[in-house]
Amino acid sequence: MKKLVILGAGTGGTLIANKLRKKLPSAQWQITIVDKEPDHVYQPGFLFIPFGIYESRQVVKPRKKFIPAGVQYIESVIEKVNPATNIVELANGTQLTYDYLIVATGVDIAPYETPGLAGAEWHKSIFDFYTLEGATRLQTALSNFKEGNLVISIVELPFKCPVAPLEFAFLADSYLRKKGIREKVNIFYTTPLPGAFTKPKATKILGELLEKKGIQLIPDFNIEEVDNSDKKLVSYDGRTVPFDLLTIIPVNMGAEYIGRSGMGDDMNFVPTNKHTLQSVQWENVFVLGDAANIPTSKAGSVVHFAAEILYENFLYAIEGKPLTASFDGHANCFIVTGIGEGTLIDFNYDVEPLPGSFPLPVIGPMKLLKINRLNYLGKMAFKWAYWNLLIKGRHMPISTKMSMSGKETD
Amino acid sequence: MTQRTYAGIAVDVNDEGYFTQSSVWTPEIAKAVATEEGIDLTDRHIAVLNFIREKTAKGEALSLRSIGKSGIVDAKQFYELFPGAPLKKASRIAGIAKPSSCV
Ligand SMILES: Cc1cc2nc3c(=O)[nH]c(=O)nc-3n(C[C@H](O)[C@H](O)[C@H](O)COP(=O)(O)OP(=O)(O)OC[C@H]3O[C@@H](n4cnc5c(N)ncnc54)[C@H](O)[C@@H]3O)c2cc1C
Repeated sequence: MKKLVILGAGTGGTLIANKLRKKLPSAQWQITIVDKEPDHVYQPGFLFIPFGIYESRQVVKPRKKFIPAGVQYIESVIEKVNPATNIVELANGTQLTYDYLIVATGVDIAPYETPGLAGAEWHKSIFDFYTLEGATRLQTALSNFKEGNLVISIVELPFKCPVAPLEFAFLADSYLRKKGIREKVNIFYTTPLPGAFTKPKATKILGELLEKKGIQLIPDFNIEEVDNSDKKLVSYDGRTVPFDLLTIIPVNMGAEYIGRSGMGDDMNFVPTNKHTLQSVQWENVFVLGDAANIPTSKAGSVVHFAAEILYENFLYAIEGKPLTASFDGHANCFIVTGIGEGTLIDFNYDVEPLPGSFPLPVIGPMKLLKINRLNYLGKMAFKWAYWNLLIKGRHMPISTKMSMSGKETD
Repeated sequence: MTQRTYAGIAVDVNDEGYFTQSSVWTPEIAKAVATEEGIDLTDRHIAVLNFIREKTAKGEALSLRSIGKSGIVDAKQFYELFPGAPLKKASRIAGIAKPSSCV
């Protein structure tokens, strides 16, 4: 009997467990999956909770519901992996041995990495929306917010869903307008980047959108500390930004056990071959999703495309064949640009987000880097697709490799 | 692409003044580039530049965090050594490509 252990039963772990259980004969392969939390959360939904568009019950379902029959599910914190001896140690005392390991423990926020961030104002006037708790508390804070400085800040790159803080800023603008208090609020957006986004075309378009909505961009802003008594952000070069309400994307790091096991870089991301998705160091270890250090977005859509490639290469690996499936870094992200409107970006390792139509030239119906209502509906439809298709490993109507069709190049 | 002369040596640079070949780099060349950036290079600067070059040669991404944990300087001191946009300035003086962040 061969043993496959999957670490993490979030987007990637659940999806790959479903795909591989269908393929690998039960008589020959035992599959075990481990996660520390009983609930599966739909993280893209966290964005909408602060504005009362979603309630928490819409983004949470019992994890077991999505684990296929024939896969052993263990609920425990992973303490350590010993990749030299192929052993996983769990906090509940269990030791698991494996022939193959798939690491899919994602990333989490690490507010304690920034001086003053996890201080007295945390979850009082400073909130994250990357956890269900943060998003829910922020909903209360926003509904009580009447006037002053609303500051949206990114501490450090990379962080998962790189468009989420922009979407938050756009939604906050819409929300405050609807409440009729937009003119009493200054919205600031601080980022370590030189502009609104990473790549030139999207940066220009999204930067113009911030400006149009009266959201003030503060670029090249690297936060040194959060001053809790004066309620202000302080950057390394001595600039300060006072806030009444701060929504922050803290440093995003891989799971602690990765560091403890000597498997990660200084952010606890696992060094991974960006094309094969195999660990750089261990042949019998694959890495899926946000946990990997590959140079593309940490996003659910990426996890989905990467899983197709990992699946193929895993099957090659167990047959001793060369890993010929190659991941191109494909990402496809809807960006909400206000309540009821959105845009879309589609890109990979080599091609930056370009304007155009998606998936078909001219007809679309989605528009790349242009705003329409259908893009918003696409984002909202993603929730259904996530619960019903994506994590169950069913076919999604979108191709694994990025296509240039419909994209406008100059 | 253009050529510039630093410490008597012709160096190929791109439109933004970053070296296109990092192998030509020497500490003397770095001193000349630093002067353009308004920085007087000390041994401490050079130690940071060497760290950056080694990390880059290993294919590892540069970040404020990794430099802050280098044991040579912390993030604050890194800002003091290369004021303004430290990662960009240090990369140019270290003769490596402009740091890029992936999407
Ligand atoms: C606010 C927000 C908005 C987003 N919006 C979008 C979007 O619009 N589109 C999109 O494509 N993506 C979006 N994403 C990103 C997407 O949710 C993630 O990229 C995706 O879920 C990553 O999947 P994963 O399997 O790598 O990790 P996860 O789904 O995060 O799963 C990791 C799992 O590992 C478990 N785990 C971690 N450490 C341990 C341990 N030590 N022991 C046991 N278990 C452990 C966790 O409990 C978790 O269940 C968004 C994310 C956020 C936070």
